[in-house]
Amino acid sequence: MGSTVAAPGSLADPGALSPPGPSGPSRVTLALRWLRKISGIVPFAVFVTFGLLLPMVAVAAGAFQNNDGGFTFSNVSAATHGIYLKGFWQSIILSVISAVIPGILGLIVAYAIFTAKRAQVLRQVAITAAGVFANFGGVPLAFIFIATIGSSGLVSQWLTSLGFDPYAHGFTLYSLTGVIFVYLYFQIPLMVLVILPALEGLRPAWREAAANLGARTFDYWRYVAGPVLLPSFLGCVLLLFGSALSAYATTEALTNGTIPLTSIQIGSFLNGNVIAGQENIGKALGLGMVVIIAIAMVFYVVLQRRSAKWLR
Amino acid sequence: MAAAAAVAGSLLLTVGCSSSSSSSGSASGNSSSGANWATAASVSAGGGMNALVAAAKSEGTLNVITLPSNWANYGTIMKDFTAKYGIKINDANPDGSSQDELNAVNQLKGQDRAPDVLDMGTAFAVKGAQSAVLAPYKVATWDNIPADAKDANGQWFADYGGYVAIGYDPAKVKTPPTSFADLLKPAYKNQVAINGNPTQASAAFSAVFASALANGGSLDNIAPGVAYFKKLHSVGNFVPVTASAATMQSGQTPIIVWWDYLLASEIGPTVKDLKIVIPSDASYAAYYDQAISKYAPHPAAARLWEEYLYSTTGQNLWLQGEARPIELSTLVKNGTVDQAAYKALPPAPAGNVTFPTQAQQSAAENIVAQQWSSVIG
Amino acid sequence: MAALGGSGGIGPPRSGGLRGVVPPGWHSTVWRWAVLLATAVYFLLPLWAALRFAGISAFGSVVGESGFTSSLGLSVRLAVITTVITIALMLPTAVYVHLRLPGLRRLLEGITILPIVIPPVVLIVGVLAIAPGFLKGTSWLLALEYVILAMPFSYRALDAGLRALDLKTIVEASSSLGAGWISTLARVILPNMRTALLSATVLSVAMVLGEYTMASLDLFQTFPVWIYVNSQTSGQVSVAASLLALFVTWFFLMIITVLGTRQSRKTGGGEVTLFTVARTETRGD
Repeated sequence: MGSTVAAPGSLADPGALSPPGPSGPSRVTLALRWLRKISGIVPFAVFVTFGLLLPMVAVAAGAFQNNDGGFTFSNVSAATHGIYLKGFWQSIILSVISAVIPGILGLIVAYAIFTAKRAQVLRQVAITAAGVFANFGGVPLAFIFIATIGSSGLVSQWLTSLGFDPYAHGFTLYSLTGVIFVYLYFQIPLMVLVILPALEGLRPAWREAAANLGARTFDYWRYVAGPVLLPSFLGCVLLLFGSALSAYATTEALTNGTIPLTSIQIGSFLNGNVIAGQENIGKALGLGMVVIIAIAMVFYVVLQRRSAKWLR
Repeated sequence: MAAAAAVAGSLLLTVGCSSSSSSSGSASGNSSSGANWATAASVSAGGGMNALVAAAKSEGTLNVITLPSNWANYGTIMKDFTAKYGIKINDANPDGSSQDELNAVNQLKGQDRAPDVLDMGTAFAVKGAQSAVLAPYKVATWDNIPADAKDANGQWFADYGGYVAIGYDPAKVKTPPTSFADLLKPAYKNQVAINGNPTQASAAFSAVFASALANGGSLDNIAPGVAYFKKLHSVGNFVPVTASAATMQSGQTPIIVWWDYLLASEIGPTVKDLKIVIPSDASYAAYYDQAISKYAPHPAAARLWEEYLYSTTGQNLWLQGEARPIELSTLVKNGTVDQAAYKALPPAPAGNVTFPTQAQQSAAENIVAQQWSSVIG
Repeated sequence: MAALGGSGGIGPPRSGGLRGVVPPGWHSTVWRWAVLLATAVYFLLPLWAALRFAGISAFGSVVGESGFTSSLGLSVRLAVITTVITIALMLPTAVYVHLRLPGLRRLLEGITILPIVIPPVVLIVGVLAIAPGFLKGTSWLLALEYVILAMPFSYRALDAGLRALDLKTIVEASSSLGAGWISTLARVILPNMRTALLSATVLSVAMVLGEYTMASLDLFQTFPVWIYVNSQTSGQVSVAASLLALFVTWFFLMIITVLGTRQSRKTGGGEVTLFTVARTETRGD
């Protein structure tokens, strides 16, 4: 792309040696146009640079520093072995399950709300409730579940009085399964809130048209609703993944660290009362979280592309 | 007595300064009381008690951090201080950790909201001293503090502490437990809990250390403690939730292994007839430490606060919170101790208490960090 | 939905035997109510268990404590500021990228999801580095941090709403009718993104009203911090306090939601509501 072509009608033509071709804009003009094009996102870029990228650089820098400020791999090495590697694995498994299941359930609930009669009141109640529950977490959430299905919880005692003691049969709230069950409490509402706008893209006329053409419910979803919703659905599941990955206080209150999870381990380094002087390992773990979410983004992009082909 | 300070002193020589503070260092919120209190290392060096009180009153505010009001009677202590000197106390981040305190000192440097005084675990106090963010200050009763419970330069000094104890609700727990070994009995199925994650909460970490001492471990070997909790879980007695007043009151965790003074001040008020007993097979105690921030926005008020805490009044107020103030033995000797509160303390086990050194603590932390997740398999 | 069962001979085979006896579409109604009922049980039963434990009198002792109104006021102010900045920042950016820079869409998604995985204690670092001195001592700093925290959620809601529109077409239609950029944004795009905006607002407000970690690290006494401080007296009071926080949040969100879902029937106000009008007409359910 080396040759500068003279602007049409211009007399000055320093690049007379360049072959004559269709006249087009000079590179400077192209650059200006490009600048004008991206100017729309400048405010956002500034905000993100300082509010997000700078802390991320601080984390990355800290991850490779030892306590004297020198460069070292020891933090990263510690963060990727032993109990911390196990923590990454558990976090990923927990987050994937806590993203997909609530994702599907949330979609079902959102669809039920979206297609109901007297939609106005139900929708108001649902959106409000979803907003409230999506942010209800931590110790209070752990408590209400302990009070319900803990070893002496309301439902546990009620079931025992009916003759079936769930804890005697191996069920326990204080396990990965129990934690996932509790995570549904804020993940499903989150899903409902972020997928509801996407449901607006489903014109009711399409449902009727499909039915008139003989489509069953499954066909409607396979050929009409699915392709329309899938990109948003995947994006929302990605969000749920991130939300589960970083959730910390609820699990902490429920399991006291007996399940190794990266978010809790980071907490013990960066916000703890026991381990002093090892924050850089915490930052290495934080860097690991960023890497995980970046990988999740890659999966997300690949899935989007593949699914766009499947469902056409 | 394990010389935490002596080891810390040698650590200061071997480990370099680590201050990786990401401070903004902008406009300084200078207090109006004059710079000399910011560098005064004792009351006399600054010009005497009256001058200190006057300067503190003119500052008018004290910023404290991570002091819940039902922790070791801090609620009453803060009210009393304000009533006595008219200085308003801002208590920020009540749920925070010792690390949060150091972070706040670094990140809020120069702002009026920065913390003035700190109450931290020893490992963090040592770290703060290494990073040179603490102001050296020796209270008037400095000599009553044992040598191994303070920094030689006065950058931090022990304030109060207690023993790891078993607290239980007699209404739900019919057979009183008296030791760690007792807790393994089937009578306590689904009843025993600790107050947090041992890699993060020092009370939980201490509970594990204590159980190690009760099961053939030592200050050098915390692994038997983790093994104990694993056994406790396998027999079905361990409830792995973060215990609190709410969980005991609602019957989810009738037995909690925690600091004796916290059982008294945080659970005692809500659970009728709470019983606190120090396990007969292990005695493990620890003290927290006071420190003044070098960048305190209210240096005179900060120093007055410390003088107040280490006066007979302050020490007795801690005692009333069923914590053991560091100068307890002096108070008893001088007859100035609050007799009723002193008698209300759970009987201390005989013999001297040994504290783990920094090295022992770090080693123990690493073992717990690696092995704790194996407790529930 | 109404058309489902009444499509003549070729219809869903499931209810074949009952067709003609039961009104069409019944099983979808049953299904819907089953879903909603199960959801209600899952969400409300634990709350009721907690309420049973806490007792009503515990609420009184929480509300009576000093600082209730000042901390709540601070949180509400922060919520308003955060939401306004979030929408003002994210909406134009999202629309712009969707329209003019579609290649950057993935990058934008990647960037906006990052704040969710960065520990709050680290996020503070960046904002403290740029905030000018006069800002640092005030709660505006916290609002800026909250905008970052709200970004993943608000962007996702706005993005979902934008994907549901045929953005290119309506913008072209609008500009071919002579509308400028601002006019298009305000009168064409915004009305069609009502649900998305509502979701983004609700998410931001709820987040700010419930955010504890960042506020306590920043040493501000917002409502959640105040709730925590005043829940120390007993177990029942602590549970009552967290339930109170829930109800207060619910109250404010209810106001926002009711205001936000009032369908503006008046199209004479200059709003172009092509699709919303069409929607209410054809959804005969």
